[in-house]
Amino acid sequence: METALELFIVFFRIGAFTFGGGYAMLPIIQREIVKERGWANAQEIMNYYAISQCTPGIISINTATLIGYKINGIKGALASTAGMLLPSLIIITTIAAFFQIFFDYPLIQYAFNGIKIGVIALIINIVIKMWKQSVDNWIGVFLFWISFLLLTLLRLSPIIVIINAAIIGILFQSKRLSNKKIQDEGDGEK
Amino acid sequence: MIYIRLYFEFFKIGLFSIGGGLATLPFVQQLIERYGWITNEDLLNMIAISESTPGPIGINVATFVGYNTAGTLGGIIATIGLVTPSVIIILLVAHYFIKFNQHPLVQGGLSGIRPAVAGLIAFVAFELGKEELFLSSNNIQDILREINFQAVILLAILLYLINRYKKHPILYLVGAGIAGVIFKY
Repeated sequence: METALELFIVFFRIGAFTFGGGYAMLPIIQREIVKERGWANAQEIMNYYAISQCTPGIISINTATLIGYKINGIKGALASTAGMLLPSLIIITTIAAFFQIFFDYPLIQYAFNGIKIGVIALIINIVIKMWKQSVDNWIGVFLFWISFLLLTLLRLSPIIVIINAAIIGILFQSKRLSNKKIQDEGDGEK
Repeated sequence: MIYIRLYFEFFKIGLFSIGGGLATLPFVQQLIERYGWITNEDLLNMIAISESTPGPIGINVATFVGYNTAGTLGGIIATIGLVTPSVIIILLVAHYFIKFNQHPLVQGGLSGIRPAVAGLIAFVAFELGKEELFLSSNNIQDILREINFQAVILLAILLYLINRYKKHPILYLVGAGIAGVIFKY
Protein backbone atom coordinates (compact mmCIF):
# COMPACT_ATOMS: atom_id res chain seq x y z
CA MET A 1 0.00 0.00 0.00
CA GLU A 2 1.20 3.50 -0.64
CA THR A 3 2.79 4.96 2.49
CA ALA A 4 0.79 8.22 2.55
CA LEU A 5 -2.50 6.31 2.31
CA GLU A 6 -1.38 3.92 5.03
CA LEU A 7 -0.44 6.88 7.26
CA PHE A 8 -3.86 8.39 6.64
CA ILE A 9 -5.58 5.15 7.66
CA VAL A 10 -3.38 4.60 10.73
CA PHE A 11 -3.98 8.11 12.03
CA PHE A 12 -7.68 7.93 11.18
CA ARG A 13 -7.83 4.91 13.47
CA ILE A 14 -5.85 6.72 16.16
CA GLY A 15 -8.10 9.78 15.87
CA ALA A 16 -11.23 7.63 16.04
CA PHE A 17 -10.23 5.71 19.14
CA THR A 18 -8.33 8.08 21.41
CA PHE A 19 -10.38 9.73 24.08
CA GLY A 20 -8.85 12.82 25.62
CA GLY A 21 -6.06 13.30 23.05
CA GLY A 22 -2.46 14.10 23.98
CA TYR A 23 -0.81 11.31 25.89
CA ALA A 24 -3.88 9.07 25.58
CA MET A 25 -2.83 8.23 22.05
CA LEU A 26 0.74 7.30 22.92
CA PRO A 27 0.07 3.57 23.50
CA ILE A 28 -1.74 3.24 20.14
CA ILE A 29 1.11 5.06 18.38
CA GLN A 30 3.61 2.71 20.02
CA ARG A 31 1.70 -0.29 18.74
CA GLU A 32 0.82 0.91 15.23
CA ILE A 33 3.92 2.92 14.33
CA VAL A 34 6.73 1.36 16.38
CA LYS A 35 5.83 -2.30 16.87
CA GLU A 36 3.76 -3.27 13.85
CA ARG A 37 5.37 -1.15 11.15
CA GLY A 38 8.78 -0.26 12.57
CA TRP A 39 8.47 3.25 11.08
CA ALA A 40 10.15 4.86 14.10
CA ASN A 41 11.59 3.74 17.43
CA ALA A 42 10.22 4.56 20.87
CA GLN A 43 12.94 7.16 21.51
CA GLU A 44 12.06 9.04 18.31
CA ILE A 45 8.38 9.07 19.27
CA MET A 46 9.25 10.62 22.64
CA ASN A 47 11.31 13.29 20.86
CA TYR A 48 8.38 14.09 18.57
CA TYR A 49 6.20 14.47 21.62
CA ALA A 50 8.68 16.84 23.22
CA ILE A 51 8.80 18.99 20.08
CA SER A 52 4.99 18.95 19.76
CA GLN A 53 4.66 20.29 23.27
CA CYS A 54 6.76 23.37 22.65
CA THR A 55 5.34 24.28 19.26
CA PRO A 56 1.96 25.99 18.91
CA GLY A 57 -1.15 23.93 18.29
CA ILE A 58 -2.68 20.73 19.57
CA ILE A 59 -0.14 18.19 20.81
CA SER A 60 -1.68 15.09 19.26
CA ILE A 61 -2.09 16.79 15.88
CA ASN A 62 1.48 18.10 15.99
CA THR A 63 2.80 14.64 16.81
CA ALA A 64 0.85 13.18 13.89
CA THR A 65 2.20 15.84 11.51
CA LEU A 66 5.76 15.24 12.68
CA ILE A 67 5.61 11.43 12.42
CA GLY A 68 4.00 11.72 8.97
CA TYR A 69 6.74 14.10 7.82
CA LYS A 70 9.53 11.87 9.08
CA ILE A 71 8.07 8.82 7.35
CA ASN A 72 6.91 10.25 4.05
CA GLY A 73 7.83 13.96 3.75
CA ILE A 74 5.25 16.70 3.26
CA LYS A 75 2.80 14.27 1.67
CA GLY A 76 3.03 12.07 4.75
CA ALA A 77 2.61 15.06 7.08
CA LEU A 78 -0.59 16.16 5.34
CA ALA A 79 -1.98 12.61 5.15
CA SER A 80 -1.39 11.96 8.86
CA THR A 81 -2.86 15.31 9.92
CA ALA A 82 -5.94 14.82 7.75
CA GLY A 83 -6.40 11.28 9.05
CA MET A 84 -6.19 12.51 12.62
CA LEU A 85 -8.74 15.32 12.04
CA LEU A 86 -11.38 13.48 10.05
CA PRO A 87 -12.97 11.34 12.81
CA SER A 88 -13.46 14.42 15.04
CA LEU A 89 -14.95 16.38 12.15
CA ILE A 90 -17.44 13.62 11.33
CA ILE A 91 -18.42 12.85 14.94
CA ILE A 92 -18.76 16.45 16.11
CA THR A 93 -20.63 17.60 13.00
CA THR A 94 -23.12 14.79 13.53
CA ILE A 95 -23.53 15.67 17.22
CA ALA A 96 -23.79 19.41 16.47
CA ALA A 97 -26.61 18.73 14.01
CA PHE A 98 -28.71 17.09 16.75
CA PHE A 99 -27.42 19.26 19.61
CA GLN A 100 -30.45 21.54 20.09
CA ILE A 101 -33.07 18.81 19.67
CA PHE A 102 -31.14 16.68 22.14
CA PHE A 103 -31.09 19.41 24.79
CA ASP A 104 -34.85 19.96 24.63
CA TYR A 105 -35.48 16.88 26.80
CA PRO A 106 -35.79 17.91 30.49
CA LEU A 107 -34.03 14.76 31.66
CA ILE A 108 -31.05 15.52 29.43
CA GLN A 109 -31.05 19.08 30.75
CA TYR A 110 -30.86 17.91 34.35
CA ALA A 111 -28.10 15.48 33.46
CA PHE A 112 -26.10 18.13 31.65
CA ASN A 113 -26.55 20.66 34.44
CA GLY A 114 -24.75 18.11 36.62
CA ILE A 115 -22.22 17.30 33.89
CA LYS A 116 -21.37 20.98 33.48
CA ILE A 117 -20.28 21.07 37.12
CA GLY A 118 -18.22 17.96 36.33
CA VAL A 119 -16.52 19.77 33.44
CA ILE A 120 -15.66 22.72 35.70
CA ALA A 121 -14.19 20.26 38.23
CA LEU A 122 -12.07 18.69 35.47
CA ILE A 123 -10.82 22.09 34.30
CA ILE A 124 -9.94 23.14 37.87
CA ASN A 125 -8.13 19.84 38.29
CA ILE A 126 -6.08 20.50 35.16
CA VAL A 127 -5.17 23.95 36.47
CA ILE A 128 -3.96 22.32 39.71
CA LYS A 129 -1.95 19.76 37.75
CA MET A 130 -0.39 22.43 35.53
CA TRP A 131 0.42 24.52 38.60
CA LYS A 132 2.27 21.58 40.16
CA GLN A 133 4.19 20.90 36.96
CA SER A 134 5.14 24.40 35.91
CA VAL A 135 4.97 26.87 38.79
CA ASP A 136 8.21 26.25 40.62
CA ASN A 137 9.43 29.75 41.51
CA TRP A 138 8.11 33.23 42.22
CA ILE A 139 8.18 34.20 38.53
CA GLY A 140 5.81 31.31 37.86
CA VAL A 141 3.48 32.39 40.66
CA PHE A 142 3.56 35.95 39.34
CA LEU A 143 2.90 34.89 35.73
CA PHE A 144 0.02 32.63 36.78
CA TRP A 145 -1.83 35.32 38.73
CA ILE A 146 -1.07 38.20 36.39
CA SER A 147 -2.40 36.17 33.42
CA PHE A 148 -5.52 35.23 35.34
CA LEU A 149 -6.17 38.82 36.45
CA LEU A 150 -5.40 40.45 33.11
CA LEU A 151 -8.06 38.29 31.48
CA THR A 152 -10.64 38.41 34.25
CA LEU A 153 -10.45 42.12 35.03
CA LEU A 154 -9.18 43.75 31.85
CA ARG A 155 -10.36 41.20 29.25
CA LEU A 156 -6.93 41.43 27.67
CA SER A 157 -6.27 39.14 24.71
CA PRO A 158 -4.61 35.81 25.66
CA ILE A 159 -2.29 36.37 22.69
CA ILE A 160 -0.72 39.40 24.39
CA VAL A 161 -0.41 37.44 27.64
CA ILE A 162 1.32 34.49 25.92
CA ILE A 163 3.77 36.71 24.01
CA ASN A 164 4.75 38.65 27.14
CA ALA A 165 5.04 35.50 29.24
CA ALA A 166 7.41 34.06 26.63
CA ILE A 167 9.51 37.24 26.65
CA ILE A 168 9.70 37.26 30.46
CA GLY A 169 10.66 33.57 30.44
CA ILE A 170 13.41 34.18 27.87
CA LEU A 171 14.78 37.21 29.77
CA PHE A 172 15.03 35.25 33.00
CA GLN A 173 16.54 32.27 31.21
CA SER A 174 19.28 34.44 29.65
CA LYS A 175 19.94 36.04 33.03
CA ARG A 176 20.20 32.60 34.58
CA LEU A 177 22.59 31.46 31.83
CA SER A 178 24.85 34.50 32.21
CA ASN A 179 24.87 34.01 36.00
CA LYS A 180 25.88 30.43 35.40
CA LYS A 181 28.84 31.55 33.31
CA ILE A 182 30.02 33.95 36.01
CA GLN A 183 29.85 31.43 38.81
CA ASP A 184 32.27 28.58 38.25
CA GLU A 185 30.51 26.45 40.80
CA GLY A 186 27.36 26.23 38.69
CA ASP A 187 24.11 27.90 39.51
CA GLY A 188 23.34 28.78 43.06
CA GLU A 189 19.69 29.40 42.33
CA LYS A 190 16.79 27.04 42.58
CA MET B 1 -17.32 36.87 4.76
CA ILE B 2 -18.05 34.53 7.63
CA TYR B 3 -15.83 31.71 6.30
CA ILE B 4 -12.79 33.95 6.06
CA ARG B 5 -13.40 35.35 9.53
CA LEU B 6 -13.79 31.84 10.97
CA TYR B 7 -10.60 30.73 9.25
CA PHE B 8 -8.53 33.62 10.56
CA GLU B 9 -9.93 33.64 14.09
CA PHE B 10 -9.11 29.95 14.44
CA PHE B 11 -5.78 30.42 12.67
CA LYS B 12 -4.87 32.94 15.39
CA ILE B 13 -5.95 30.48 18.08
CA GLY B 14 -3.84 27.73 16.51
CA LEU B 15 -0.84 30.02 16.35
CA PHE B 16 -0.93 31.07 19.99
CA SER B 17 -2.25 28.07 21.90
CA ILE B 18 0.82 26.36 23.30
CA GLY B 19 0.86 23.69 25.95
CA GLY B 20 -1.86 21.38 24.70
CA GLY B 21 -5.04 20.11 26.26
CA LEU B 22 -7.23 23.02 27.15
CA ALA B 23 -4.84 25.73 25.91
CA THR B 24 -7.29 26.68 23.15
CA LEU B 25 -10.12 27.33 25.62
CA PRO B 26 -9.20 30.85 26.83
CA PHE B 27 -9.12 31.97 23.20
CA VAL B 28 -12.41 30.30 22.34
CA GLN B 29 -14.04 31.77 25.45
CA GLN B 30 -13.06 35.30 24.41
CA LEU B 31 -14.06 34.61 20.84
CA ILE B 32 -17.60 33.66 21.76
CA GLU B 33 -17.78 36.61 24.12
CA ARG B 34 -16.88 38.92 21.25
CA TYR B 35 -18.90 37.41 18.40
CA GLY B 36 -21.61 35.49 20.29
CA TRP B 37 -21.13 32.53 17.97
CA ILE B 38 -22.16 30.13 20.74
CA THR B 39 -23.05 30.65 24.42
CA ASN B 40 -20.96 29.79 27.49
CA GLU B 41 -23.58 27.10 28.21
CA ASP B 42 -22.98 25.56 24.82
CA LEU B 43 -19.23 25.68 25.37
CA LEU B 44 -19.55 23.79 28.67
CA ASN B 45 -21.82 21.18 27.10
CA MET B 46 -19.40 20.90 24.20
CA ILE B 47 -16.41 20.31 26.48
CA ALA B 48 -18.43 17.58 28.20
CA ILE B 49 -19.21 16.00 24.83
CA SER B 50 -15.54 16.32 23.80
CA GLU B 51 -14.46 14.47 26.91
CA SER B 52 -16.80 11.63 26.00
CA THR B 53 -16.05 11.40 22.28
CA PRO B 54 -12.73 10.61 20.61
CA GLY B 55 -10.42 13.31 19.33
CA PRO B 56 -8.66 16.34 20.80
CA ILE B 57 -10.84 18.90 22.60
CA GLY B 58 -9.39 21.83 20.64
CA ILE B 59 -10.41 20.24 17.33
CA ASN B 60 -13.84 19.25 18.60
CA VAL B 61 -14.57 22.75 19.90
CA ALA B 62 -13.39 24.35 16.63
CA THR B 63 -15.62 22.03 14.60
CA PHE B 64 -18.57 22.76 16.87
CA VAL B 65 -18.19 26.55 16.85
CA GLY B 66 -17.65 26.53 13.09
CA TYR B 67 -20.70 24.32 12.49
CA ASN B 68 -22.93 26.49 14.66
CA THR B 69 -21.75 29.64 12.92
CA ALA B 70 -21.78 28.55 9.30
CA GLY B 71 -22.87 24.92 8.93
CA THR B 72 -20.81 21.89 7.90
CA LEU B 73 -18.42 23.91 5.75
CA GLY B 74 -17.95 26.33 8.68
CA GLY B 75 -16.90 23.41 10.89
CA ILE B 76 -14.38 22.19 8.34
CA ILE B 77 -12.95 25.68 7.77
CA ALA B 78 -12.59 26.47 11.49
CA THR B 79 -10.80 23.15 12.03
CA ILE B 80 -8.44 23.66 9.10
CA GLY B 81 -7.77 27.21 10.32
CA LEU B 82 -6.85 25.87 13.74
CA VAL B 83 -4.28 23.38 12.42
CA THR B 84 -2.78 25.42 9.56
CA PRO B 85 -0.20 27.31 11.68
CA SER B 86 0.95 24.22 13.55
CA VAL B 87 1.38 22.18 10.36
CA ILE B 88 3.54 24.95 8.84
CA ILE B 89 5.57 25.44 12.03
CA ILE B 90 6.06 21.70 12.60
CA LEU B 91 7.28 21.24 9.01
CA LEU B 92 9.80 24.07 9.44
CA VAL B 93 10.97 22.74 12.79
CA ALA B 94 11.25 19.17 11.50
CA HIS B 95 13.24 20.42 8.55
CA TYR B 96 15.60 22.93 10.11
CA PHE B 97 16.06 22.43 13.82
CA ILE B 98 15.37 19.00 15.12
CA LYS B 99 16.94 19.88 18.50
CA PHE B 100 14.53 22.82 18.67
CA ASN B 101 13.03 21.82 22.02
CA GLN B 102 16.43 21.67 23.71
CA HIS B 103 17.44 25.21 22.77
CA PRO B 104 17.85 27.32 25.95
CA LEU B 105 15.75 30.18 24.56
CA VAL B 106 12.89 27.83 23.68
CA GLN B 107 13.15 26.33 27.16
CA GLY B 108 13.15 29.85 28.63
CA GLY B 109 10.13 30.93 26.62
CA LEU B 110 8.24 27.82 27.69
CA SER B 111 9.12 28.32 31.34
CA GLY B 112 7.26 31.62 31.05
CA ILE B 113 4.41 30.36 28.87
CA ARG B 114 3.50 27.32 31.00
CA PRO B 115 2.48 29.16 34.21
CA ALA B 116 0.72 31.81 32.09
CA VAL B 117 -1.31 29.12 30.28
CA ALA B 118 -2.27 27.65 33.66
CA GLY B 119 -3.49 31.14 34.66
CA LEU B 120 -5.43 31.48 31.39
CA ILE B 121 -7.16 28.15 31.94
CA ALA B 122 -7.95 29.21 35.51
CA PHE B 123 -9.69 32.19 33.88
CA VAL B 124 -11.83 29.80 31.81
CA ALA B 125 -12.75 27.83 34.94
CA PHE B 126 -13.67 31.11 36.66
CA GLU B 127 -15.76 32.47 33.77
CA LEU B 128 -17.67 29.24 33.20
CA GLY B 129 -17.89 28.45 36.91
CA LYS B 130 -19.39 31.74 37.96
CA GLU B 131 -22.44 31.10 35.79
CA GLU B 132 -22.99 27.66 37.26
CA LEU B 133 -22.14 28.35 40.89
CA PHE B 134 -24.11 31.57 41.32
CA LEU B 135 -27.81 31.95 40.70
CA SER B 136 -27.33 35.39 39.16
CA SER B 137 -23.95 36.99 38.70
CA ASN B 138 -25.25 40.57 38.90
CA ASN B 139 -26.18 40.91 42.54
CA ILE B 140 -22.95 41.30 44.48
CA GLN B 141 -24.45 42.71 47.72
CA ASP B 142 -26.32 39.58 48.52
CA ILE B 143 -23.58 37.20 47.51
CA LEU B 144 -24.28 34.55 50.14
CA ARG B 145 -27.88 34.13 49.09
CA GLU B 146 -26.84 33.98 45.46
CA ILE B 147 -24.60 30.97 45.86
CA ASN B 148 -25.95 27.80 44.30
CA PHE B 149 -25.04 25.51 47.22
CA GLN B 150 -26.18 22.39 45.43
CA ALA B 151 -23.68 23.07 42.65
CA VAL B 152 -20.89 24.06 45.05
CA ILE B 153 -21.28 20.83 47.01
CA LEU B 154 -21.25 18.69 43.86
CA LEU B 155 -18.14 20.54 42.65
CA ALA B 156 -16.33 19.97 45.95
CA ILE B 157 -17.20 16.26 45.99
CA LEU B 158 -16.09 15.83 42.38
CA LEU B 159 -12.81 17.67 42.94
CA TYR B 160 -12.10 15.44 45.92
CA LEU B 161 -12.88 12.25 43.99
CA ILE B 162 -10.87 13.30 40.92
CA ASN B 163 -7.79 13.93 43.05
CA ARG B 164 -8.29 10.86 45.16
CA TYR B 165 -8.94 8.21 42.50
CA LYS B 166 -7.57 9.57 39.20
CA LYS B 167 -9.97 7.57 37.03
CA HIS B 168 -10.96 8.37 33.45
CA PRO B 169 -12.71 11.79 33.14
CA ILE B 170 -15.80 10.21 31.53
CA LEU B 171 -16.55 8.37 34.79
CA TYR B 172 -16.81 11.64 36.72
CA LEU B 173 -18.96 13.22 34.02
CA VAL B 174 -21.34 10.23 34.06
CA GLY B 175 -21.47 10.47 37.87
CA ALA B 176 -22.17 14.21 37.70
CA GLY B 177 -24.90 13.57 35.11
CA ILE B 178 -26.57 10.98 37.35
CA ALA B 179 -26.40 13.40 40.30
CA GLY B 180 -27.92 16.06 38.05
CA VAL B 181 -30.91 13.83 37.21
CA ILE B 182 -31.45 12.56 40.78
CA PHE B 183 -31.24 15.96 42.47
CA LYS B 184 -32.84 17.91 39.57
CA TYR B 185 -30.08 20.45 39.01
